[in-house]
Amino acid sequence: MSTPQEAITAPQSAAGFLKDNLRDFGMLISLVAIVIFFQIATGGVLLKPLNVTNIVLQNSYIVIMALGMLMVIVTGHIDLSVGSVAGFIGGLAGLMMVKLGMNFAVVIVACLAVGALIGAIQGYFVAYFKIPSFIVTLAGMLVFRGLMIAILGSQAIGPFPPIFQKLSSGYVVELISSAGGLYITSFLLGLVLAIILIMQNLAGRKRRISHGVETEPFGFFVAKNLLILAGVGYIAFLISSHRGMPNVLIIMAVLIAAYSFLTTRTVIGRQIYAVGGNARAAELSGIKTTRLVFFTFVNMGVLAALGGLVVAARLNSATPKAGAGFELDVIAACFIGGASAYGGVGKVTGAVIGAFLMGVMNNGMSILGIGIDYQQVIKGLVLLGAVCVDVYNQRR
Amino acid sequence: MLDPVSLPEKPPILEMRGISKSFGAVKALSDVSFTVREGEIHALVGENGAGKSTLMKVLSGVYPHGSYEGSILFDGEERHFHNINNSEALGIIIIHQELALIPLMSIAENIFLTHPPARHGIIDRGERHRRTQALLAKVGLSEQPDTLITNIGVGKQQLVEIAKALSKDVRLLILDEPTASLNETDSAALLELLKEFRSHGITSILISHKLNEISEVADRITVLRDGRTVGTLDCHAGPVDEDEIVRRMVDRDLESRYPKREPKIGDVIFEVENWSAYHPMHSDRQVVKNVSLKVRAGEIVGISGLMGAGRTEFAMSLFGRSWGRHITGTAKLHGKELDLSDVHKAIKAGLAYVTEDRKQLGLILPEDIRKNVSLAHLGGVSSRGVIDDIAEMKVAQEFRGRMRIRSHNVYQETGKLSGGNQQKVVLSKWLFTGPEVLILDEPTRGIDVGAKYEIYMIINELADAGKAVIVISSEMPELIGICDRIVVMHEGAFVGEVSGEGATQENIMRAIMRRKGREE
Repeated sequence: MSTPQEAITAPQSAAGFLKDNLRDFGMLISLVAIVIFFQIATGGVLLKPLNVTNIVLQNSYIVIMALGMLMVIVTGHIDLSVGSVAGFIGGLAGLMMVKLGMNFAVVIVACLAVGALIGAIQGYFVAYFKIPSFIVTLAGMLVFRGLMIAILGSQAIGPFPPIFQKLSSGYVVELISSAGGLYITSFLLGLVLAIILIMQNLAGRKRRISHGVETEPFGFFVAKNLLILAGVGYIAFLISSHRGMPNVLIIMAVLIAAYSFLTTRTVIGRQIYAVGGNARAAELSGIKTTRLVFFTFVNMGVLAALGGLVVAARLNSATPKAGAGFELDVIAACFIGGASAYGGVGKVTGAVIGAFLMGVMNNGMSILGIGIDYQQVIKGLVLLGAVCVDVYNQRR
Repeated sequence: MLDPVSLPEKPPILEMRGISKSFGAVKALSDVSFTVREGEIHALVGENGAGKSTLMKVLSGVYPHGSYEGSILFDGEERHFHNINNSEALGIIIIHQELALIPLMSIAENIFLTHPPARHGIIDRGERHRRTQALLAKVGLSEQPDTLITNIGVGKQQLVEIAKALSKDVRLLILDEPTASLNETDSAALLELLKEFRSHGITSILISHKLNEISEVADRITVLRDGRTVGTLDCHAGPVDEDEIVRRMVDRDLESRYPKREPKIGDVIFEVENWSAYHPMHSDRQVVKNVSLKVRAGEIVGISGLMGAGRTEFAMSLFGRSWGRHITGTAKLHGKELDLSDVHKAIKAGLAYVTEDRKQLGLILPEDIRKNVSLAHLGGVSSRGVIDDIAEMKVAQEFRGRMRIRSHNVYQETGKLSGGNQQKVVLSKWLFTGPEVLILDEPTRGIDVGAKYEIYMIINELADAGKAVIVISSEMPELIGICDRIVVMHEGAFVGEVSGEGATQENIMRAIMRRKGREE
């Protein structure tokens, strides 16, 4: 009988490792390729500091909602109501802050709580009442779109107090005076972020090596971390050359880190994937599947509310059109990012990359002057193509 | 024909010569020769992965001509099948292990799904009904043609599949593990049917792991091992020795099919009293009726019974009420009453239940070995809700070694493992929870002889470690081979008990029949 311990410790060759992890890196490579393509096609406009800041601001709420959507999709469900919920919450915020003159902090907390409540109601029907999520959230989509128009009276409410606008259009306070057009504090923040990422990677690698279970080749590890440093550093540099780091980028970064951790490292995260992979088997392994599904919908409600607030702050008004069609962008981001419609598969980083992939395409095509009509056609084809490539890779 | 022995008898209907088939670098079949005579029942046996299914896919055209080497002769002529339609046109029909019936369509609609009797493109329902009735009579199934598939049991569904094959003028019927999910009575009926077909001149190829069935009906037996033909046994030349078949299949001597063990039985540790459960949908149907059971430390207790006797329902209702409604009764471990109100609590209380269906209920197939092993006891590899990936990996590696799970490493997807190895992963998952009471439901279903032996060894080890082990199985020889005591369940109640020493298939069946007789 062969000893079972042998195979695992052998470090793989760089090519072999890349092949095994193609799915993860493929996404990133596609994003970089699309960025390069539009950078050339737009004659360098895409990566101008102003435009990079714009891409971040334009996509922040999609990314925030995609974090929640990814978990919903991983459990094998879907939430079609997020656009309507985001719009409804924006309207609610407008009503409370502008019409009733309530304090912005109170309003934010109240809005997130309402988001949680909406998620709980929908989650109750899905998890405990066993009604397909497609139907429950399709109903939610209609209900909250209607309620929003009802509370807004089909007109926009605005403007919001300046402090609330800062949620979206504010920038990190610069502690050091800017030098040569560069916002030093923002730039340093970016560098610190890159260094934290690299330190984490290093610590993880050290730990795995000490237990003899590292499979990533050293050269590959160095190259990966240099790319992280260069990539994050460059983006930080671009953003810092415009007006500094937007507040919403900080919120986004914190949320991405938190949800990455939640999905990959925690017991709850593992159980969510198990529920999506095989709900009956998970249940018979002692996992409380209904409660977890309920939880993912509550979580989605809160993030949809946060997305709604960010949009309202960015537009500086609550309009009846806000949030329309967001659900499609959010769901597309998850699927482009490698999530499986059958559940059990998908990554937070994939969803984030998927969201930016769509965002860069939107932005790049707008700069090129492609009409909204053909933009939709191209986005649809990209979604289909990305999923086809993924399915093909799976079958191989 | 080159083989002079086959000449005096009937000529071969099928001859596969020198078949080789590779998937990438893996050679699934190498130079396999396989001859089937007209009108015989020819059994094809071998361990999982020996190449039986691949050979049948080559024959039926699933792997088209050109994707393999060698030649296929049917009725003495060389044939090139490019898809299933080509082989079906000649009357070669395969019935797969996973039945290909549409649950919400009627029996008649299923039988004539691809070739309904029609006039001008409009289905002639009356004709279809008549023909279906005739076919059902042939296979001995007394159901109405418009009964939905979902409303009949697996055994009857199997018969519908056969009726479907008959509707296509079958000449060579290939059955892949037809009795794997059937109970004894249905299996016996199916085998009788094959014999009857033989008398009408229909040739059958039977793929099965159940050697007793094979020796009962087969005229000849071909053994495959590692993608090669080991040999063909003629059952009419003399009595077939089952151990001889096993030896050829695994190429090693198995002392016996069941490992020896000196039971070290202690005191009663697990007690179930007056356990009852009702059907979740039909709340007036009591499926488990006042069952009481005591299991001692180090004891292996078998639960025997026909399909539908309520064995799985008993186990699942006990295991965190994962089946049924209005569940009543008490369960005690070491004299203390247990709270088994949900699965999580049942696991905490020291119970483990290895499900009968490992793919649907046991494993998260897209996940790797490591994540499946830790799933039921994530608390054991985490602190404050955060998983320690290295501790987890070490646990998985330990079980991989102890259970002899054959895989590249612990990061291999469980969906890509063989049945026996998948079952070992499921067992690992439950052993990691550190159970006191282990309930195994059909632990060796669809697993080859070699892996079965290893599973029995694991079960023995657990018993020797002082656990209470309960084994549910439809294979009586298996229960007789490994259990210290066997209780017989019939229609939801325990109707008899035989000790391991005195257990024979006859007295188990007698216990069931006696009860049946009393009811009638």
